Formats: sequence, C-alpha cells, structure tokens
Amino acid sequence: MSLENERRVISVIVMNESSVLARVTSLFAARGYNISSLTVAPIPNSDMSHITIETQGSPRVMEQITKQLHKLIPVYKVIEHEEMVEKEMVLVKFPIAENLSDIAALCSAYNGGIVNVGTEMVIAMVADEPCRIRHFIEATERYNPIEVVRGGVVAIER
Amino acid sequence: MQMSGAQMVCEAIIAEGTKTVFGYPGGAIMHVYDEIYKQNGFEHILTRHEQAAVHAADGYARATGEVGVAMVTSGPGFTNAVTGLATAYMDSIPMVVISGQVPLSLIGTDGFQEIDAVGISRPCTKHNFLVRTLEELPRILKEAFYLARTGRPGPVLVDIPKDITVDIGEFVYPTEVNIPTYKPTYKGNRRQIEKAAEAIKKSKKPLLYVGGGAVLSDAYLLVRELVEKTQIPVVETLMARGVMGAGNPLLLGMLGMHGNYASNMAMSETDLVISLGARFDDRVTGKLSEFAKYADIIHVDIDPANIAKLVDVDYPIVGDITQVLEDLIPLLEDVNTDRYQAWREILRRYDELHPQSFVDSDKEIKPQWVIERIGELVGEQAIITSDVGQHQMWAAQHYPFDRPRQWINSGGLGTMGFGFPAAIGAKVACPEKTVINITGDGSILMNMQELVTAAEYKTPVINVILNNQFLGMVRQWQSFFYEKRFSETDLTFQPNFKKLAEACGGIGYDVTTKEEFDAALKDAIEKDQVCFMNVAISRFENVLPMVPAGGALFNMMLPQKSENDKGEK
Repeated sequence: MSLENERRVISVIVMNESSVLARVTSLFAARGYNISSLTVAPIPNSDMSHITIETQGSPRVMEQITKQLHKLIPVYKVIEHEEMVEKEMVLVKFPIAENLSDIAALCSAYNGGIVNVGTEMVIAMVADEPCRIRHFIEATERYNPIEVVRGGVVAIER
Repeated sequence: MQMSGAQMVCEAIIAEGTKTVFGYPGGAIMHVYDEIYKQNGFEHILTRHEQAAVHAADGYARATGEVGVAMVTSGPGFTNAVTGLATAYMDSIPMVVISGQVPLSLIGTDGFQEIDAVGISRPCTKHNFLVRTLEELPRILKEAFYLARTGRPGPVLVDIPKDITVDIGEFVYPTEVNIPTYKPTYKGNRRQIEKAAEAIKKSKKPLLYVGGGAVLSDAYLLVRELVEKTQIPVVETLMARGVMGAGNPLLLGMLGMHGNYASNMAMSETDLVISLGARFDDRVTGKLSEFAKYADIIHVDIDPANIAKLVDVDYPIVGDITQVLEDLIPLLEDVNTDRYQAWREILRRYDELHPQSFVDSDKEIKPQWVIERIGELVGEQAIITSDVGQHQMWAAQHYPFDRPRQWINSGGLGTMGFGFPAAIGAKVACPEKTVINITGDGSILMNMQELVTAAEYKTPVINVILNNQFLGMVRQWQSFFYEKRFSETDLTFQPNFKKLAEACGGIGYDVTTKEEFDAALKDAIEKDQVCFMNVAISRFENVLPMVPAGGALFNMMLPQKSENDKGEK
C-alpha cells in the first residue's frame, strides 16, 4: 500500500442531532474524499453519536479530512491514528444444499457461526478484523454464497 | 414573556444590536414581516431581488465588521439568496440569513415554495439550522449570531417553518452561548510564536504576506506596528488592500495573478513567508511548486484547516491575528532591521524596473486613469466596492486604499452583481462616506434592479461603469489564450445606461472625456442621488501584469516596454 493512498479509520464523535450525518457525508462528497465504509450509532448515556469512517488518501488529505471534520459545528472530537482496535461484522447467506459442517467450521475459524437456518438457506455471521473479514469472504466463495452484507468498520482507541 | 415566533425573531435582531435588515417578503415569512411592520427597533430595506438583499447585508457587514442580517422567504426566495450566502462564505463574512420555510407538516411533501434550504446551503454556510420547535428558536437565534461573528466568521442560515412563526411561547433571549463542540482558538501557541520570532530574526529575506484575515480581525494597526518595528517588506492579497495603507514605503503592492512585478518577485525569492490571515488561494500562488520555493513559512490563521492545506508550513500558529501579533511583536524588540537592508534594496530595484504603471492617453479614457482620478478626488473619504472582472483588478491595483474596510469586493467566489447591492449596504452602514461602486458594463446589469432600492431609500451610491462594451476579463483571456475568438463576450448591444438610471429614479451621466468625468463625479457627489456614470473606456485595455493560470508567479506578462517608453505615467 503506497503512502499516497493509505487506508485509515477515523472516529468522529458528534452531537446526536438531525442532519449531522448529512453534514459529515456531504463534506466528503464536496471535497472529493473517499468513504470506503461508514457506521454510526448513539453513544450510550450521552447526547453524542460515534461515527466510524474508513477512508483512504495521502497524509495531507488525511490531515485536511480531520481538520475539515473538526470545523463542522456539531463535531466534538475527531480521532485519527494507528492505535485503534478495529472490528467488522459480515452476514453471509448460503444455499442449504451446501456442506453445512464445512461452513460451520470455516465460520468458527473466524470467530463466528451459523446464526439462522431456513428451509432454503442458512445465514452465517462472523465478526473479526477487517482484513480477516476479507479473507473469510474469499474463503466462502466455493460454497456459492447467495448474498454478502458487510457491516462496516467500527473502531475504538487502544 | 409570551410572544409569537415571529416576534421572537424581531426581538433577537433588536437584542443583537442590528440597526438594518435587508430583505424581501413572501408567503412563508409573512408573519415575521407582520411583526417588522409593528416594531421600530430596526429599519428594513426592501431590495428588489433576494440576492441583492444578501449582498447588501454582506456589504453592511464588510463596512462595519458587524453581523449583517438578511431575510427571505422559502423556495425561490431562498434559492435566490444562495449566491449571496456563498459569496459571504468564501470571504468569511459574518452574516445571519433568516429564511421562511413551509409549515412543519408540509416539509417533505413537495409543498408550494418548498425547498430543502439547509440541504442546499450546507456547503456554503458556516452552519445552518432548521428550527423544529418554538422552544429552541431563541437559543438557535442566539447561536446563529454567535457563530457568525466568532472564530473564523461566516454566514449562518436560520430556516423557520411558517407555523413556528405563528405559535406563541415563552421568550427569554439567552445571554450566553455554550456549544460544547465549538471552541475557537484565539490565543496562539506561545512556543510556536517564539520559534517564529527566532525564524524572523534569522532570515535574510523575510516577506509579510497579509490576507483578508487581517481585515476581519481588525488587526491593521498591529500589522503596521510589526512592519514599522521590523522593516520587513509587505505584500497584500486582494482581500487585504488597505491594511498597510497606500504610500507606505514597505508595501510592495498586491501579489498574485494580477499582482505587481515587485510583489510577485518578492514572493518568488523570499526565504521566510510570514502569512497573516491569507489562505494561499490559487489566484495568489500560481504554480504551487514554484510558490515561495526558497522559503520557510510561518502561517497564522484562526482556522486550522487553512494551515498546510496547500503548502507545507514550518511554523503553524492557530489563533486570532490580533492576539498573535500582541504576543509576537514584543519578541521582536531586538530585531536588527539592517539585516534586511540588502533585500529591501533588491525589491526597490524590482519595483523601479517594472512599476505598477499604465500608458495614459489623450484620445481615450484609460480605466486605470479613472481609478486613480477617483482616488485623487475622493481618496480615503470613499468606500469603494466593485463587481468582478477587469474593473475589479484595476481598482485593486490603482486605488490608493488607506484603511481596511474601505475596499469591498467578492474575492473568493468572484460574484458579478455583488458590487451595487454591497455598496447600498455599505452606504446604509456608513452614510457619511462617499460610496462608489466600480463596475463594468457586464457586471452592473446583474443587479441593476437595485437602482430602484437605492432611489427609494436615498442611498446615493455612485456606480462608475467602466464601459468597454466587452465582458472584459473573459475577452482578455480570449485574446491571450483563445486566438482572439471573442465567443459571446461582445457587449456592443447595450442599454442606454443614462436613461436606465433616470427611469429608476436616479441620475445618469455619459462620460467620454476626462473633463466630463471630473464634472460628472463632482456633480454626483453634490447631488447625493444614486447614479450610473457610463464611462467609455479604451476597448482593448488589458489587466497587466498577468500570471497565466497555473503558471509560476515570476513568469508575468508585463506591459510592453516600448509602449511604456512612449508615455509612461
């Protein structure tokens, strides 16, 4: 991965008010920054929300993203550094006819398992580091997944 | 006290000390206008277009430093105001715009005159609010004014649904604002300021690069004190004209695309740039890799996002220029000003080599002559506004600005049609000043309906139209870069400007000679009535020097030497 296009995860703590997410995303759109994934949820027992954005760009672009985010009035804090614990979740739907014990074994190797079984299909859930999630999705390809839904990265400071 | 939302809006405007509101009524804002009718805490000026209302509030703010206030209705009223918001946003002008919105129950239903005002204005306001309950209205109004004037100033929009202006509730206007997510930094980091002072003392070719932030921070006396103490040469950006004052021997001039030779060469050769409230705009820097190539950079700005946005900065200082200079100047008590003598000498020679000049003529009126003549006749007594184009650059190059807030123009967005309404706002704010809008035959038509406003409210703005029957700046680029294909820039078909002014209740002058110009200007100042002064200027005059877009600052197109030799002024 070149320095010019480094992947980064930015945590943004914002006031939990209407249109705050629009302010954050339209900033990215207007200034031509990239969003690879985005998650948002309220912080318990507070009037704040936690937004996690996975993005990429050169160090100067990263610095600008951080500063521009900070400039938004409802933004309380922007955390952007390497010392983050990152996790991502993925749900994968397989046909019931596939080898379920193989799928279950694969899922358990990635901290997950089968979470739902229907008449036509099974659903597996895995939560792990983002790069491991990519590997898991590659590994599932031989079992003809019908649908893959990734949850986006969440991160917390170490 | 119990009152309607509409009354709350008026009470807040009065509490903030605003004397004049510019606006245009309509369906969704009618309840507020009904309250405006009943009160006498502030004056309302009815412009003839919402864009002009916002520009007028902007001109009012630029002339005084106070928050300008404009009011418009929903839908098209608001969309017309967007250019005004964007203009103020790009130049960091403190302003509050209040817009009506359809009732809460209709929002999202594509109601009549409904538009997503906060969505549209998000990229061109410092912040915006859609009021959702009457209870939050007083707090939002208070925060809007606070946000507009603090930190890096900017326009704030408050969008108020009609039913909220009707509802009755308790009004207590907050005395304090507490936004936990908004704490601007005013005081510069002491350690960084000390390092910057050391760098200044060690440098041999320092250069002060002053931007619009010095105007917004009202720091001009401190900037002048810094220059006096250190004897460091200064360049000003378009937005900073007047900070140093014309005639200051250390002021080289304006830099950038139409900067003078000495300023641009100074920036190309300096070893230390001291940037005060400037943002390294592309019209200033030219080719970035060649900009101040041999220099370390001290960058003082209240907005951290401006620092190191385009160039690498060696001494970043986040803070208000006034406060930073108050800390920096005492550290430079022992600076050895002789150190920079050789540098000053080099720059003096550069200025002698290619001074800011033009070739005057006896046969036709040169636009630069008009600007200098206005300077001679009214000088520091005047506030000069401008539209956008050649006339703007000639004004910036040739007018002898003595103080900040004397020069009002749309620098960042470059909005044609800005000058006339902004001049009305400035005249309302400063009735004792002569307010002159230097404009072109293209720009003036973009808000000419304001003749009616100016005539009605007796705001005697003098519009000097430098008429070359061209969209001159575009024509200049076509001459230089498009092999003289004058695509859609020929404005030979024109209104009768004299009659147009007269038809709207103003005065018109047709000027074709220098004598006529002097007579017209004197008459206009005496008559105290809005006017159009239609000045026929030489058609193909270019703004020079010029750095072609994207070129290095030191590669300037200069006025032809041979022409200069014939009759250099």
